[in-house]
Amino acid sequence: MLEFKNVTKRYDGKTAVKNLNLNIKKGEFVCFIGPSGCGKTTTMKMVNRLIGISGGDILVEGKNIKEQDAVELRRSIGYVIQQIGLMPHMTIKENIVLVGTLLKWSKEKKDQRARELLKLVDLPEEYLNKYPHELSGGQQQRIGVLRALAANPPLILMDEPFGALDPITRDSLQDEFKKLQKELGKTIVFVTHDMDEALKLGDRIVIMKDGEVVQADTPDEILRNPANEFVEEFLGKDRLIQGRPDVTTVEQIMENKPITVPVGTTLRDAISIMRDKHVDSLLVVDSANVLKGFIDIESINLNHKKAKVVDEIMEEGIYTVSHHSLLRDTIHKILRRGAKYAPVVDDNQRLVGIVTRATLANLVYDTIWGDGTELEELTQAAE
Amino acid sequence: METLNQLIHYVAQNGDYIWEQFYRHFLMTFYGVLFASIISIPLGILIAKYGKLSSWVLAIGSITQTIPALGAMAVIMILLGLGTNTAIVTLIIYSILPITQNTYVGMKDVDKTVVEAGYASGMTRFQLLRMVELPLAISVIMAGIRTAFVIGIGIAAIGAFVGAGGLGAIILTGTNATDGTAIILAGAIPTALMAIIVDLFLGWVERKLQPIKSSKSKAA
Ligand SMILES: Nc1ncnc2c1ncn2[C@@H]1O[C@H](COP(=O)(O)OP(=O)(O)O)[C@@H](O)[C@H]1O
Repeated sequence: MLEFKNVTKRYDGKTAVKNLNLNIKKGEFVCFIGPSGCGKTTTMKMVNRLIGISGGDILVEGKNIKEQDAVELRRSIGYVIQQIGLMPHMTIKENIVLVGTLLKWSKEKKDQRARELLKLVDLPEEYLNKYPHELSGGQQQRIGVLRALAANPPLILMDEPFGALDPITRDSLQDEFKKLQKELGKTIVFVTHDMDEALKLGDRIVIMKDGEVVQADTPDEILRNPANEFVEEFLGKDRLIQGRPDVTTVEQIMENKPITVPVGTTLRDAISIMRDKHVDSLLVVDSANVLKGFIDIESINLNHKKAKVVDEIMEEGIYTVSHHSLLRDTIHKILRRGAKYAPVVDDNQRLVGIVTRATLANLVYDTIWGDGTELEELTQAAE
Repeated sequence: METLNQLIHYVAQNGDYIWEQFYRHFLMTFYGVLFASIISIPLGILIAKYGKLSSWVLAIGSITQTIPALGAMAVIMILLGLGTNTAIVTLIIYSILPITQNTYVGMKDVDKTVVEAGYASGMTRFQLLRMVELPLAISVIMAGIRTAFVIGIGIAAIGAFVGAGGLGAIILTGTNATDGTAIILAGAIPTALMAIIVDLFLGWVERKLQPIKSSKSKAA
């Protein structure tokens, strides 16, 4: 989709970007990150020829950008900047469909497109006739994003788009935008200096230093295997500690032997299993160990007169987690649902384990008090 | 009281003539400012884009402004002879600075990020100028035109010395006549009035051209 081939940018003698090679797939969300002056903005701006290339080639959808008309190239690539840059003298509608105006769309097409886009960010239609200064910063940047989407470009360049917003607005815009990007399948080149943002949004993170790529990998891979000390330092020590749960999968911490009963078990047998194992609920599985549902002591108590076997009263549609999902995603979900436990299943819905609140408690204990080394690091950092 | 009676008498008798000179005066200023705008607005845009020229152009402009208008007009008269053209050329020269300066400032004041956003959205340089920079700078440019026009009305009054006519001619008649105060007033009052009206009108236009509107005022 987007290919950098030996791309170099020199400013009178000084090299801002050195021999950059990178291949970005369609629909990929790539974050460029690095200390100020490392060349990430330059790299991004070369893509839509806001900055000329000194050497090498950039290909967008297989076509060399040098062979395209710069103005047309820019119209076919979305662009969002930190300062937003909405036209203050144009209405929100005119701002959203600016590229459409340049492409000479009919009035009807522009009206329709503007309305369509505004829906994507949940703003009411009255906003179309407002002016930018009447909107909050967060709303303005939503419009900035819509402007980039207007002509449905496959590729969008973003230069710290959420950098100037307050943390709460930034957080919600990041979530919104990530969701939108997934839905629309856009390829994103995103420049940021905020590692949390890059970890949160990026499918791949490109860490740059002095005009060169130090590491280009998925967030997990970067947290797990930082390429060198520079990356480690850039990530920050705390994040590497926190990073543990980031790379731990559910499989690694789950309990392997959940207490189950096969379908067809009588309620009487189920109750005695509960008593023997000191539990108040049981997972029901079939002969292939595929999870069917669960029963708990309350439902047995209520229904023991009417029902004979567990199948009749078990609850289905239980919340499960996949064995290779990451712990960091799972913990929040379990805690937020207030669930006592979550069964762990493999790709075929076969029960392989269980994560209980007690498991999480152990984990939190280990992370905080662990084997002592982390604590030392923490206290050192505090001093 | 005597003067007032004389003034009323003069105006009553020469109403058409005064109106004719008023109109002539206005047109002279108008053409001066118009031609000056045609030169100055592109010049202002140019120096705003190519920074190096700006200090030179604005310095030369400032120097012309310090020459007394009467002196300048005399020099131009040597070249162009008596008549309206000399007055108009003088007017042009004196209008160039305020308009160029305001165009320059207006263009420089346009938010760079807005320009970048427009450019990155795929605007050509000309589209950028027409759709972004000029609309955002126009009220500042208009303020320059307003200044030039009001100054111009004063300069046009001197035009009578080089035979350009206008309300200055009535004033000149008054200064040559014995007891001509009333005649002088018959020329001076309309001149002042014209300056005030033009100032108010162009001030209104300037506000109308304010680029940053609010949706409520538009709906009202
Ligand atoms: N127009 C320019 N002229 C000269 N040097 C520049 C110019 N723009 C950027 N640079 C230099 O190129 C390097 C990379 O800049 P940039 O891509 O903006 O860095 P980043 O976005 O990573 O902070 C910096 O060292 C900067 O000083």
